[in-house]
Amino acid sequence: MHKMPDAQPAFQFVDMRQQHDVARLGMWVFLATEVLFFGGLILSYSAYRTGYPTGFAEAARHTKIVIGTANTAILLTSSFLVAWAVTVARLRDSRFAALLLWTAALLGVVFLVLKGVEYSAEFNEHLLPGFGFAFSGPHIHAAHLFFSFYLVATGLHAVHVAVGIVVLVVIGLRAHQRAYSDLYHSPITVAGLYWHFVDLVWIFLFALIYLPGRGG
Amino acid sequence: MKNAPNYLTEDNSLRSWLFTTDHKRVAILYFVGITLFFFVGGAAATLIRLELIEPQGHLVTSDTYNRLFTMHGIIMVWFFLIPSIPSTLGNFVVPLMIGARDLAFPRLNLTSWYLFMVGGATTLYAIFRGGIDTGWTFYTPFSTMYSNSHVVLAITGVFIAGFSSILTGLNFIVTIHRLRAPGLTWYRLPLFLWSLYATSVILVLATPVLAMTLLLVGLDRVFGIGIFDPARGGDPLLFQHLFWFYSHPAVYIMILPGMGVVSELVACYSRKEVFGYKFVAWSAVAIAGIGFFVWGHHMFVSGQSPFAALVFSFMSFVVAVPSAIKVFNWTATMHKGRIRYDAPMLYALAFIGLFTIGGLTGLFLACLAYDVYVTDTYFVVAHFHYIMVGGMVTAYFGGLHYWWPKITGRLYPEYWARAAAILIFFGFNMTFFPQFILGVLGMPRRYHIYPPEFQIWHVMSSTGASILAVAYALPLFYLGWSLFFGQRASANPWHTTGLEWQTPSPPPKHNFETTPVVKRKPYDFTIKGKPRAQNA
Amino acid sequence: MTRTRRPPRVLLLSWLALLALLATTVTIAYIPLGVANTVIAIIIAAVKGAIVAAIFMELRERNPLTVTFAGAGFFWLGIMLWLALADYVTRPNFPPVMKWGL
Repeated sequence: MHKMPDAQPAFQFVDMRQQHDVARLGMWVFLATEVLFFGGLILSYSAYRTGYPTGFAEAARHTKIVIGTANTAILLTSSFLVAWAVTVARLRDSRFAALLLWTAALLGVVFLVLKGVEYSAEFNEHLLPGFGFAFSGPHIHAAHLFFSFYLVATGLHAVHVAVGIVVLVVIGLRAHQRAYSDLYHSPITVAGLYWHFVDLVWIFLFALIYLPGRGG
Repeated sequence: MKNAPNYLTEDNSLRSWLFTTDHKRVAILYFVGITLFFFVGGAAATLIRLELIEPQGHLVTSDTYNRLFTMHGIIMVWFFLIPSIPSTLGNFVVPLMIGARDLAFPRLNLTSWYLFMVGGATTLYAIFRGGIDTGWTFYTPFSTMYSNSHVVLAITGVFIAGFSSILTGLNFIVTIHRLRAPGLTWYRLPLFLWSLYATSVILVLATPVLAMTLLLVGLDRVFGIGIFDPARGGDPLLFQHLFWFYSHPAVYIMILPGMGVVSELVACYSRKEVFGYKFVAWSAVAIAGIGFFVWGHHMFVSGQSPFAALVFSFMSFVVAVPSAIKVFNWTATMHKGRIRYDAPMLYALAFIGLFTIGGLTGLFLACLAYDVYVTDTYFVVAHFHYIMVGGMVTAYFGGLHYWWPKITGRLYPEYWARAAAILIFFGFNMTFFPQFILGVLGMPRRYHIYPPEFQIWHVMSSTGASILAVAYALPLFYLGWSLFFGQRASANPWHTTGLEWQTPSPPPKHNFETTPVVKRKPYDFTIKGKPRAQNA
Repeated sequence: MTRTRRPPRVLLLSWLALLALLATTVTIAYIPLGVANTVIAIIIAAVKGAIVAAIFMELRERNPLTVTFAGAGFFWLGIMLWLALADYVTRPNFPPVMKWGL
């Protein structure tokens, strides 16, 4: 059990407020880099969808919207719990914050399990490029590109979710050990920002992957 | 006090160096790294220039030649030019210039060095295993489907080094925003910091796109996904859009810090404040911003739509304007200044001239019709070497000499330094000016077998390169000598302004005994012969 | 340890709004509206994103600098999409018609 830290800022900072502010700013800069990172995929998707509008719609109909929607709801809920944990941390209720963070992490695990189920089904349907891809009909080029985007984007996103789960578990553990206080809780804030961002990316991926072509 | 501990003498164990979070020590770690890579890239260049002496190419096979110029490009771009000024001079000087005790995230700083070295080691390993033959630009579908070289290894090295870049940029942005000393408003910042800030914005926003691009190429090679394969509906040009969206701003990552250094040098060695400070400051921001709108000028003949080509051409003309503003303002700064022709000033003058030539030839290339004629010829090679070597490397040497006393506590030998600067200038022009002529005559780039009528220009270029090689080796010797035998430096040997000169040479571990309070604008030489420090 | 802990009202309402928007966007996707389907899906995603950013990520309480940093990534992504798609939208023969082959 760690004792309450002294709340002394690191030597390059004037006070704790500056340290917290700098930590938050740093995380936002990092998130901006993540936007551009996923952005390359968004460009690829947009370019090919411009070229193959019908094909993309046809391919998107083969995605599993039930799992996709459930996963979206799961991530939105986990984000809600993390946001709650951040407010709780400010009120010195460290242990409850830990509980919230761990629950959010658990939801993240459920997300990944469902994703695995989804990939497994798609693998059996030969929808994953590089893993025996086959698609009947004239839209094979478009379907191939669509599912390439799908695989890379959701795969990368899943990696980010996995990292986020580890971060939430570790931060939750430290919160449980009362390592944080109302004066010092920037790790929770910063971890929260990362997790919300992962949720944000999924919101957009969901719209681009699962919804096209449903109108028949 | 000569015997007070400074950041160098504080603790000299290997462990203290490898686990340091002191920005000054990280800067030196980077310096060692990039110098190493400079010589590796230089070795490739030497072999290339040796090969090109003869038209029939007897020294190496075509396949080896492909691997040589690829290696030269990859190492020089990602492991020398991009990190050079920001990670060495920037890391050392930024906290000192803003009156801070370190950067915002010292541990991230050390992490970025480790990432850089791991990335470099991975790339060197790829070269050791036989290299890669795609050119530093990794164009698809050759790189994804047909090349038999170590593409995945090489791009892994670059991918890792990219994170190093991003962390450096992130650190600088947050530091410059939040860790400035009291009284140091934005318009009191030395121009080196405006340039590094603009550079950091590009580092942070462009590099992730490179990461994605390389990842896609890697996935394509390993899993055969094929998103750039025309037979599976893909577009090779998509790779080029993604690649150049990063790689064009990357050239501004490379040159902006050099421009920042030149602003400092011109002010100090003309003993005058920089003319049009605000214009020079905002021109750095403008270059960084507009630089994101021009990438298609690398793709004029690749097959993009004429409409897109038109937009990119126009924007490429626009981006020249802020660069020109800087050149005019530096010149105006020197006008009626009390100029000292010390080595750093010689480098600054060389930069202004050579960068102008490189920049103007860039306008030739921005012109659609002319580009069709000279694209993929030695004209392009000469253009970017004038900017990168004539500009950037020159500025790096200028800054290195300028801040050498601050970093090491020793003065470099002035006459040797001037001689080296002049030899570099001479060797550089002899190497690269003939290449403009070669390009216009039709010599393609990346070829090692050429018609005999081009030989005279190649021989001239290779002769220049051998002079340049000697010239670049000279500083290694006299700077190394100065570490042990050089005259010890005072806190402000150049009698100039700037907070970094208000602390001993070398600085103590936490930079300042007390946090300085800034009261003046930068480059305040209003009292003749007497610089007024920013915190005086 | 038995005191009830309630989530802040704003967070709870935001969460419910996000779920409602999710249900809406999925429902609308099944109504054939042509190009409007894509536009509406993106708009709803943007609204959900804005709620996450402003409320969960607390951007509405932050200073202009932080908001600028948050927006910068999206703005730059916009530059990349706008200029690159300018090529794709105006290219005469994109995509080329090719026989499928590996």
